[in-house]
Amino acid sequence: ALEYSATDQPLAADDSLTPYEHVSGYNNFYEFGTDKSDPARYADEMSVDPWAVDVGGLVNKPGTLHLEDILGSFDLEERVYRLRCVEAWSMVIPWVGFPLADLLKRFEPRSEARFVEFRTLYRPEEMRGTRSLTSIIDWPYREGLRLDEAMHPLTLMAVGLYGKTLPEQNGAPLRLVAPWKYGFKSIKSIVSIRLLDRQPETSWQELAPQEYGFYANVNPDVDHPRWSQKYERRLPSTLFNPNRIPTRMFNGYEEQVAGLYRGMDLRKLY
Amino acid sequence: MSERLGRLAVFVLCLVPFALLLWQAVGGGLGPDPAKRIMLQTGEWSLRLLALTLLVSPLRQWSGKAWVMRLRRMLGLYAFFYACVHLLAFGHFYLGWSPAILVEELAERPYITVGFAAWLLLVPLAVTSTRNWQRRLRRNWQRLHRLIYPAAVLACLHLLWQARSDVGEALVYIVVVGLLLVWRLQRGWRRAAKV
Repeated sequence: ALEYSATDQPLAADDSLTPYEHVSGYNNFYEFGTDKSDPARYADEMSVDPWAVDVGGLVNKPGTLHLEDILGSFDLEERVYRLRCVEAWSMVIPWVGFPLADLLKRFEPRSEARFVEFRTLYRPEEMRGTRSLTSIIDWPYREGLRLDEAMHPLTLMAVGLYGKTLPEQNGAPLRLVAPWKYGFKSIKSIVSIRLLDRQPETSWQELAPQEYGFYANVNPDVDHPRWSQKYERRLPSTLFNPNRIPTRMFNGYEEQVAGLYRGMDLRKLY
Repeated sequence: MSERLGRLAVFVLCLVPFALLLWQAVGGGLGPDPAKRIMLQTGEWSLRLLALTLLVSPLRQWSGKAWVMRLRRMLGLYAFFYACVHLLAFGHFYLGWSPAILVEELAERPYITVGFAAWLLLVPLAVTSTRNWQRRLRRNWQRLHRLIYPAAVLACLHLLWQARSDVGEALVYIVVVGLLLVWRLQRGWRRAAKV
C-alpha cells in the first residue's frame, strides 16, 4: 500500500466513485489492444520494475528518475478526479500522486521552455497491441502540455489509485492526469519527459488532426467530428440506467483552469 | 422433415447472440459501459448476417443444393432484426430518445447518416419478404431486393468510418462483402455475354 495524505479536493455532490473493478477493468491502452478489456488482460506482460524516466530538453539539470525515486521522494496525496474520455464516457477516480510541478521543478526548467513532451514505453515484445499489423498509430505514444498547464496545481503525476500501486493497465508505474482534458492526454507508463520551446507533435494529432487537437480540453460546445460531446455516460452505466449526464466545460474544472485559456478561441484551438 | 429441423436450428442459432446479449445486459455481464458492447455486437451481427444472406446464392450454385435458398429469407430478416436492435440501442443510450439530438446526429455525422441509410434500405426488403409480396411484385421483387447490395456496402462504410486507430476488423468485412459482390458482377457479365 502507498503512504499518502488524505484528499483536499472537495467532490461535487453527485460524483460518486467508479468502483475499482471498472477503473482497472475498462481501459484504453492501445499498446495492449483496442478492446476495453485488453489492457486488464495483457498489461501484466509489461515489466515495470526496473523503471526509468528520462527528463531532459530545456532544463538545467537533466537526469533520470528511477522507480524508487518516483515512489519514494515525492509527497503523495489522494486526489479524486473526474476522468472524461473523448469517446463520451466518464469515471470518477481516487488517484494517488503528486503535482507534476514538483517533478519539473526538481530538473529546473529553463526560461525558454514553453512545452512539455511525454512518451510512453514502447517495448513490442511486451506490448501485443503494438504488434498489430493493421494499427495505424506511430509508436511510441506521445503527448504534450503547455508548460503553464503542466505546472498547474491540478496536473498530477499518478502512481496509484484507490490507495494501491497503479495497476499496469492504468499506466504503471507513472502516468499523467490532467482532469480537465480528454483522457487520451493523460499519457500512461511514462519513460521520457522533455521540455521544449515549441509545441510537440502528439500521437492522436498526428493520426487525425481534425479530430484530436493539441489542447483537447473537455468542451461540450465543440463536438468530435464523428460524435457529440454534449453528453457522457458516467460509468457504470446499465441497460435500465444509462446514466447519461451533460458534459461540463473543462470537465467541471472551469473555475480552476479557465484562466489558462483567456483570449483563446477554443473552437479553433480544440 | 430434416429440412424443417435444419431451418429450426438456423433460426435458433441466429437468436443465440441476441439472447446472450440480453442475458448479459440484464445481469450486468457487459461491464461498466454496456452501450458500447451492445452497439458493437448488434452492429456486427447485422453485418455478419447480411454477408451470410449474400452467401446463399453462391452457395446454392457451388453446392447445387436447392434447400439453401430457403434459408435466405430468414437470414435476411435476422440481419434486419439486429439492425433494428442496433438502432433502438442507439436511441436509448446515445440519444436518450431525444428527436432533436437524432436530427443533429443525422445531419452532422456522416457515419450515422450512412448507417441509418443502410437500415432504411433494409426496411422495404423486410416488408416485402413474404411469399405474398414475392408473387405480387414478380420480376420487380428481384430488382427491389438488389437493394441489399448498397445496404451491405453502406454498412461496411459505417463500420470503417468509426475505426479510430485500427482498421483491421473493418477490412475483414469489406473483403468478405467485396468478394460476394464481385462474384455477382462476374455472374452478371457472364450471363450478358451469353445473350
